[in-house]
Amino acid sequence: MKTVAPAQWAGLGLVIALAVIPLLVRNNYQIFILILIAVDTILTVGLSLVMGYAGQVSLGHATFFGVGAYATALLSARFGWPPALALPAAAGLTALAGYLLGVPIFRLRGHYLAMATLGLNVIFILILKNEAEVTGGPSGFTDIPPLALGGLTFDSDVKMYYLVWAVTLGVLWLSLNVVNSRVGRALRAIHASEVAAEALGVDANAYKLKVFAMAAGFAGLAGGLYAQAIHFISPSSFDVLVSIELVTMAAVGGLASVWGSIFGAATVVLLAQFIRDRMGVLLAGASGEQEIIVFGLLLVVIMVFLPEGLTVGGLRVLRAWPITRRLRAARDQT
Amino acid sequence: MTLLEQLAQYIVSGITLGSIYALIALGFVTIYNVTGIINFSQGEFAVVGAFVAITAAQKVSLFRGQAAVGLEWPLPAAILAGVIAAVLIGALLYRAGIQPARNASPLSQIVVTIGASIALRGLVLLAWGTDPYRLDPFSAGKPLRLLGAVVTRQSVWVMGLTVVTVVGLYLFFRFTLTGRALRASSANPGAARLMGINIQRMGLLAFVLSAGLGALGGIVIAPITFMTYDRGLMLALKGFVAMILGGLTSPVGAVIAGIALGVIESLAAGLLSSGYKDAFSFVVLFVVLLVRLGGLLGARRGPALERAGL
Repeated sequence: MKTVAPAQWAGLGLVIALAVIPLLVRNNYQIFILILIAVDTILTVGLSLVMGYAGQVSLGHATFFGVGAYATALLSARFGWPPALALPAAAGLTALAGYLLGVPIFRLRGHYLAMATLGLNVIFILILKNEAEVTGGPSGFTDIPPLALGGLTFDSDVKMYYLVWAVTLGVLWLSLNVVNSRVGRALRAIHASEVAAEALGVDANAYKLKVFAMAAGFAGLAGGLYAQAIHFISPSSFDVLVSIELVTMAAVGGLASVWGSIFGAATVVLLAQFIRDRMGVLLAGASGEQEIIVFGLLLVVIMVFLPEGLTVGGLRVLRAWPITRRLRAARDQT
Repeated sequence: MTLLEQLAQYIVSGITLGSIYALIALGFVTIYNVTGIINFSQGEFAVVGAFVAITAAQKVSLFRGQAAVGLEWPLPAAILAGVIAAVLIGALLYRAGIQPARNASPLSQIVVTIGASIALRGLVLLAWGTDPYRLDPFSAGKPLRLLGAVVTRQSVWVMGLTVVTVVGLYLFFRFTLTGRALRASSANPGAARLMGINIQRMGLLAFVLSAGLGALGGIVIAPITFMTYDRGLMLALKGFVAMILGGLTSPVGAVIAGIALGVIESLAAGLLSSGYKDAFSFVVLFVVLLVRLGGLLGARRGPALERAGL
């Protein structure tokens, strides 16, 4: 009989929990928050692969999120494509865009790559704001039709919740397979030492491009789902601050950690929500963007003290605590 | 207005704007040369400096009207207050964020400075809100005219102060012991340490110097364009583009490239499309990065480029 690994139990538990949650939560707003977490998880897992496995920082990941969202919106609302076709088409288009942009961009490294991806994001937002006839300009794009499959229309938050989480789990499963495949090993080798990997016959640039295109495709998918879930998109959902928020999620979850990305996305989304709700109490009249203070400090603290992210780093710190060490020593003696 | 006069006008405003980019780029170069870090929160120094100076010089209400400040200090004192505030933040950033993570990967260090930058942005938003603020021009009076272009007195201040700062920095790096120690630690940190130079202190000094430069840039431009809490990112990006165009490690290159970038941006916004004003410098950056990695002015690939892995 095949033994079931703890990770598989954890995965099964997650699926059951996700399936049961909407039965317990009857509040549409909370369901919506859970949809946001799923969308951010898809985004984060891609970014985490790019940053953790390919060792490349992308400060423009929201660009691909936006490309997917606007492509879905344009295809379904303007060109009258069925939404179920527009979504995969948008994801494919975004992956292609990622690949094509990756060809020149991955000639750069380190700080240059960070700045180039940031610049890409800035230019993308300017295009969204200036080409108002196509994109709706700064005020955004409304009336994006909901997804429909066969006779089933995903027009309520709960239906959308199940759809988005099903896709998210699919993306996570796909990412795990990639990580544990030949491609994943090659990527880890590149991260450890690009020169050594190339000397062993790994075409570093080709692998980086592949993982970048895959992350872009994920982001495009997330963008399409986001557009179909809230029926309205505007440039501010895809600007540089969102890219930085995504980097925060990846950092919190731990770079190169597929499961960590759920944790990172959930932590940041819930934290942001909590601050938005409570900030007004702490300081009368304060609201909105002040949550970025906390994100900023969180990023600094994690990068300085727990560079592997809250999950892995937190466990390491816990293990190093004197009490835990003593407990383990006592257990080992018996 | 003839085309020639228009061109002259664009060039004058471009040089004014470019002076700010030059000051910020100088800050980037200083930090990079000494510590090997690109400090993404460079633009936030300009914003914090400008806001503190405005608060010291004028009646301002903070925290959405919950605190009214009416210091109305004389201008030099207000400018000094702004610079000192930014310098303290720069020192804090180095001590609390950069120094503990000095052995981390460049990726982590980038993320630390990004984190610091958005935390500062949030802090400014919390204190000053989303309203645009403006500092009174440094001296009153009619604008001057040059070749048909209008040159405001504040533009003259901006250009003059930039020249004074650049010359002052040059003298500092060239002739003072501390300046030479800074140059030594950027040329060869290991050897500098063997000569008894405290590398950590030099890193701190570089952050302090850059924070001061950024703050000065933000303060002198505050009378020309309104200062808002979210301008830091764009200022930092432009400064960084100027740094790269100037060859990454060259202070002279950074200044020339900063001013050139301002002129290019102003011309492109005036002649092509003002909506895409901020995009032009990135288009220039992409072209330069992909065609010529050493920058426009840096003739060869220096050790810093090697260190950056290029």
